[in-house]
Amino acid sequence: MTALLSLDGICQTYVSSPDLAERAANLLGANYREMRVRAVDGVSLDIGPGEVLGLVGESGCGKSTLGRMVAGVETPSAGTLAYQGVALAAMTPAQRRAWQLQVQMIFQDPFASLNPRKRIEAIVGEAAVVHGLIRPRDRRDYVADLMGKVGLAPDMMTRYPHQFSGGQRQRVGIARALALKPRLIVCDEAISALDVSIQAQVLNLFEDLRAEFGFAYLFISHDLGAVAHIADRVAVMYLGRVVEIGAADQVFSDPRHPYTRVLLDEAPRLDRRAQDFTPVKGEIPSPLNPPPGCTFHPRCPVAAPACREIVPRLTGAGGRMAACLRETGEVA
Amino acid sequence: MTVPVLSVRGLRTEFDTRAGRLTAVDGVSFDVGPGEVLGLVGESGSGKTITGFSILGLIDPPGRIAAGEVVLNGQDLRKLPEPALRRLRGDRIAMIFQDPMMTLNPVLRIDTQLIETILAHRDVSRERARDMAAEALAQVGIPSPAERLRAYPHELSGGMRQRVVIAAALMLEPDLIIADEPTTALDVTIQSQILYEMQQLMAERNTALIWITHDLTVVAGLAHRVAVMYAGRIVEIGPVDDLLDRPAHPYTRGLIHSIPSATARGQRLEPIRGMTPSLLNLPPGCAFAPRCPRADAACGTRPEERAMGPARLVRCHHAGEVIA
Amino acid sequence: MSMSVDTPLRRFTGDFVKSPTAVAAGIGLTLIALAAIFAGAVAPQNPYDLRQITILDGSLPPGSEGFDGFHYALGSDIQGRDMLSAMIYGLRISLFVSFVAVSFAVMVGLVLGLLAAWRGGWVDGLIMRVVDIQLSFPALLVALLLLAALGKGVDKVILALILVQWAYFARTVRGAALVEIRKDYVTAARSLALPGWRILFGHLLPNVLPPVIVIATVQVANAIAIEASLSFLGVGVPITEPSLGLLIANGFDYLLSGRYWISFYPGVALLVTLVCINVVGDHVRDILNPRLSR
Repeated sequence: MTALLSLDGICQTYVSSPDLAERAANLLGANYREMRVRAVDGVSLDIGPGEVLGLVGESGCGKSTLGRMVAGVETPSAGTLAYQGVALAAMTPAQRRAWQLQVQMIFQDPFASLNPRKRIEAIVGEAAVVHGLIRPRDRRDYVADLMGKVGLAPDMMTRYPHQFSGGQRQRVGIARALALKPRLIVCDEAISALDVSIQAQVLNLFEDLRAEFGFAYLFISHDLGAVAHIADRVAVMYLGRVVEIGAADQVFSDPRHPYTRVLLDEAPRLDRRAQDFTPVKGEIPSPLNPPPGCTFHPRCPVAAPACREIVPRLTGAGGRMAACLRETGEVA
Repeated sequence: MTVPVLSVRGLRTEFDTRAGRLTAVDGVSFDVGPGEVLGLVGESGSGKTITGFSILGLIDPPGRIAAGEVVLNGQDLRKLPEPALRRLRGDRIAMIFQDPMMTLNPVLRIDTQLIETILAHRDVSRERARDMAAEALAQVGIPSPAERLRAYPHELSGGMRQRVVIAAALMLEPDLIIADEPTTALDVTIQSQILYEMQQLMAERNTALIWITHDLTVVAGLAHRVAVMYAGRIVEIGPVDDLLDRPAHPYTRGLIHSIPSATARGQRLEPIRGMTPSLLNLPPGCAFAPRCPRADAACGTRPEERAMGPARLVRCHHAGEVIA
Repeated sequence: MSMSVDTPLRRFTGDFVKSPTAVAAGIGLTLIALAAIFAGAVAPQNPYDLRQITILDGSLPPGSEGFDGFHYALGSDIQGRDMLSAMIYGLRISLFVSFVAVSFAVMVGLVLGLLAAWRGGWVDGLIMRVVDIQLSFPALLVALLLLAALGKGVDKVILALILVQWAYFARTVRGAALVEIRKDYVTAARSLALPGWRILFGHLLPNVLPPVIVIATVQVANAIAIEASLSFLGVGVPITEPSLGLLIANGFDYLLSGRYWISFYPGVALLVTLVCINVVGDHVRDILNPRLSR
């Protein structure tokens, strides 16, 4: 079955060139250089229709940037993105429009993700009217229906965001995403800012909506428990690269990459008492200056000398892959 | 039974807002022994952070501590005048906040801030204070501490900054540390490092720790005892294993069932229905009743604390009943 | 949680009326504005209608009766104009000039500021350098230079004021817009594939307005003061439509010679107007600020 969305060698490099003042300073002997940050470094993965792909990793791993590229909010600096089998560069305007509307995003901060000066009805219904999915006079009913689906009382659509709690605002954000009849929703830490009991409510909502509408999710989170709960497949990222990918239950029960193992070992769990925290040595490296070879090698408990030189590729079979020289047997 | 380092009884903190009087902390009582970690768990609005501030006496108008005792090593902190309290803060009790920039001044170097703290509480020379600061940084696992001392906070990563704050807290070897969500904003691997350091240091020095958080999983791994707060009251308190494996209060049970994990894959979670009530608009009687699957007419009166085993207290009319 | 629709405007008015000084200033300002708008009805005399004034009534002190029994409540000037009426008409010119100038300056500043923030790059650089250069000169100096080039007249004065003041707004709007653009609701609007102009004017603009409103209130006072200075120096409004500044200038020579009222009362009127505007503006800023950090 063709993937709904497929990424091939996607990169995102942010370049910060010296500005006018800095270039002038350079003439006088200063040393302002161009800074390149490889937020995403050659990621290839597919999302199938109706599947939940979890994307986990720590700060600086590039998962949020990847999510934004998938949703079309940022343009990759290299690589191909294909939606429904057609690469971005080769899309007709109609296909491009379809991609823009059918891939939507839900954001982390329920307070900043809604325009404080617009009423809920406008927030949820604006895009549908602008893109011609509904007529302006049908907007009210359309929004009422959507609000019902996310568990909000429709008569609240005349209110402003500040009158709602965090969990309710997140539901409004979900309704807004639903308004364009998406087929893929990128959830960028969508539950991280909510209270525990509200997180559970919203997670249930995601599952219910998926059961009803059959869309796919790219579920980006640092919360391994949430990803383990909701995802079909999971990809683990470290410093811009995918280090492991596979079916969620397999990755979580039998991790193949040392980083995944460390993450799973160190993440606190309810059933783990008197945890013996074993620190991973070192800090997360700055993406400005990634280590050579395997980016994880300075902190890896089983690093070998070759790991400093060779960049491991994602290898494996049956959709289960890891980027580690030990796993592929290149290193004993 | 060892004498507790901190003994809180009937603490009540109120705020007079334009919308009315808010009781953020309502009759909270607990003990913390030397070397013990007490996890204080609750969601937003539960009063856990205000409890921490109240212990230190850091409540400003329009808030005030209305009632209760806060006894640190036999001394009632509420009866102390402000100058005496100030001498204790940083020295006998230290507080660690979620955002290290709440502790660190962005325009001062690390060494200036740490040395200033030491000199405020210890009669030592400046050179000795500098050495103490460097030792403290080394003990929390910061590499090249002498160089790091000369840095400004913004030159360090978030995890490093938090470690500096913890070093500052531990430097003067306090009897009690109150930590308010210190690792919530940090990555798993960094959190792990910090928790490791803290575990070592607390074990070495027998420091008591109150760990305030909304994250039950961290508390599971770190704490000896857990207190669960809701709407300003402690609804359940007890040893960590007992409380997490056999929760007696419906709210605790609801929280536990709200946590997603691999074991619950594909199943619907059983979240607590409804939302946290506004503190201005609490129902009479048990604050949790409107959301409780087991509420009945009895819940119209405020439940008293009931003992449910050694060191285990629950505030519920239906404590321990199995939910059908 | 209130069941009524809580609009930002309702919240704002609710907060505004909590300060007695602000309310007093607001009422004062409203009265001044009404007097200025309905000058014809409020003023005892139209001081620029030559048939209504008589030089025989010149330089009468406040409270005197003229030859026709006309009561000069605040005295008369050299030509026999009633000072009270002259002040009311003068207020009208001052307020008209400043409101119009500030309104246009806001519009220009909004458009350029939003553009600079949205496009970034060289567009931003260019606009901001122009703003920087302009703001490094004192406003009065720039206005004088412009009027020297443009000539005299009320419309020229308004134009000069617009050209002097747009820069403040552009800079403020750009700063506020840069902050808002980072917020997720703007990213959401992009993800929803809304057209750029819609995001700029439908989403960004309403959210950068609070600081603009605050500055605009203070800039009205500023504009009145600049215009008064220009008129005082003789390059502002023409004598046939004197503003408060010109009135003050007219009476300046007589200030210490006993006929103080010709300058004094217009000066008081100017002072009261500026104070009211500043108090209201201050209060508006205080109310809107905590909202901004929310």
